[in-house]
Amino acid sequence: MSERMIRVLIAKPGLDGHDRGAKVVARALRDAGMEVIYTGLRQTPEMIAEAALQEDVDAVGLSILSGAHMALVPRVLELLKTNGQGRVKVFLGGIVPDEDVPLLLDMGVIGIYGPGTLSDTYVNDIRKALTATND
Amino acid sequence: MTDIDLAQAVLAGDRLALARTLSQVENGTPEGRSAMRSLFPHTGKAHLVGVTGASGTGKSSLVNQLARFYRNPNGDAQPRRVGIVAVDPTSPFSGGAILGDRIRMRDLAGDPGVFIRSMATRGSLGGIASTTVSVAQVLDAAGYDLVLIETVGAGQSEVDIARLAHTTIVVEAPGLGDDIQAIKAGILEIADVLVVNKADLPGVENTERALRGSLNLAHPLPHRFMHHGLRSETSGHGKLEEVAGQTDNPTAVEALWVPPILRTVALDGTGIPDLATAIANHRAYLESTGDWEQRERWRLQTELDLLLQTSLVEDFRSHLPGGAYEQALEDILARRVSPFQAVEELINGAERGFKENT
Repeated sequence: MSERMIRVLIAKPGLDGHDRGAKVVARALRDAGMEVIYTGLRQTPEMIAEAALQEDVDAVGLSILSGAHMALVPRVLELLKTNGQGRVKVFLGGIVPDEDVPLLLDMGVIGIYGPGTLSDTYVNDIRKALTATND
Repeated sequence: MTDIDLAQAVLAGDRLALARTLSQVENGTPEGRSAMRSLFPHTGKAHLVGVTGASGTGKSSLVNQLARFYRNPNGDAQPRRVGIVAVDPTSPFSGGAILGDRIRMRDLAGDPGVFIRSMATRGSLGGIASTTVSVAQVLDAAGYDLVLIETVGAGQSEVDIARLAHTTIVVEAPGLGDDIQAIKAGILEIADVLVVNKADLPGVENTERALRGSLNLAHPLPHRFMHHGLRSETSGHGKLEEVAGQTDNPTAVEALWVPPILRTVALDGTGIPDLATAIANHRAYLESTGDWEQRERWRLQTELDLLLQTSLVEDFRSHLPGGAYEQALEDILARRVSPFQAVEELINGAERGFKENT
């Protein structure tokens, strides 16, 4: 009937309380016609993986400004795989030092978007990553 | 996974299969319909409880507290498995949506006896999505014996939830309107249980008085006057009101459901056990009066009618000659024909088309 709706979970793992960026991204994805599940602050990787499962999302966006990305991102990726959701695309926003970027991309993160990124950039990246896997 | 396997996995309690099935059903795919065929015989067990009310009255927080209570009930009661369907509106411009009800439900994370699913209205205007009914049925089949359905922030006419739920809770909060708001038709009429949430705020007495006043104006029906009966005071927990006829038949007792008005504070859980009691009382009432079956019939009939309409319209449009629909729309826009006339012509044209084809 309808064309497949893209569902994205936007989550803030860890302890920093700055969710402006996450909200801007959530809003931009909404305006791009996606359904965005927004879970709010201070989520554990376990909570994020469980929400991703229950909501059957296509992508998970993590916003991390605390510097804990090298601990949190691998944990989320691992839990998604354990839950049978290895196909879910993960992208990252926030403050990430340049030297960590290649490491994160190697882990399977599809994109890392710092302050100043145009919303078209990640909207297009998500669409592209999803069409590449879905047939 | 084949569709049959998917349905089997849902019945066996596989959460990923459940999540996938919910998406298929929500997207109206053939896989979803086929899974529904296998799952539907397993439905009909869950108590479907709707939670509706204006934006910001605290529906999500209340659902969170209710689910917590059902997972950790007082005394010897068994914990119940709780499914939650939380509906938020789709943007009419982009078709996207922000589904934010989970923010208030973080207490429930990590509990395998709870399954929360957010959904967008995708163009439906009645406060829930057109597929919310099917999503609730899948959760029912998956063994969630209580399904809480939270509507979009509803104003006055988003009353579809009453057709879907066995028990409808309408949530109000202090400061949202006067007693005229309370006697208008619509959302208050569908309440089986009325909740004044945020009862720690000033003005709660006024809100409660306005609601009680409106119930006393309208409720319940001529029975009471015909019997000149005594009526027992409700304790506020949704006990049945008994109307005993004194004149003709002293033993005749008729039970009427009078929506109880309860105060809650969803942030700290105040009043939640009473709310759960009211929900249980309402279920007992429905079962003892035969209204459970009646609502079931009403609900499934509504679903059948809606599906029939959708399928007929789709089928009809697929039989129209190319461009006929667009032409009709242009004719209406140019004020050459009225919408009624256009429909008539489309239907007549399609009938001619059918005859030529056969």
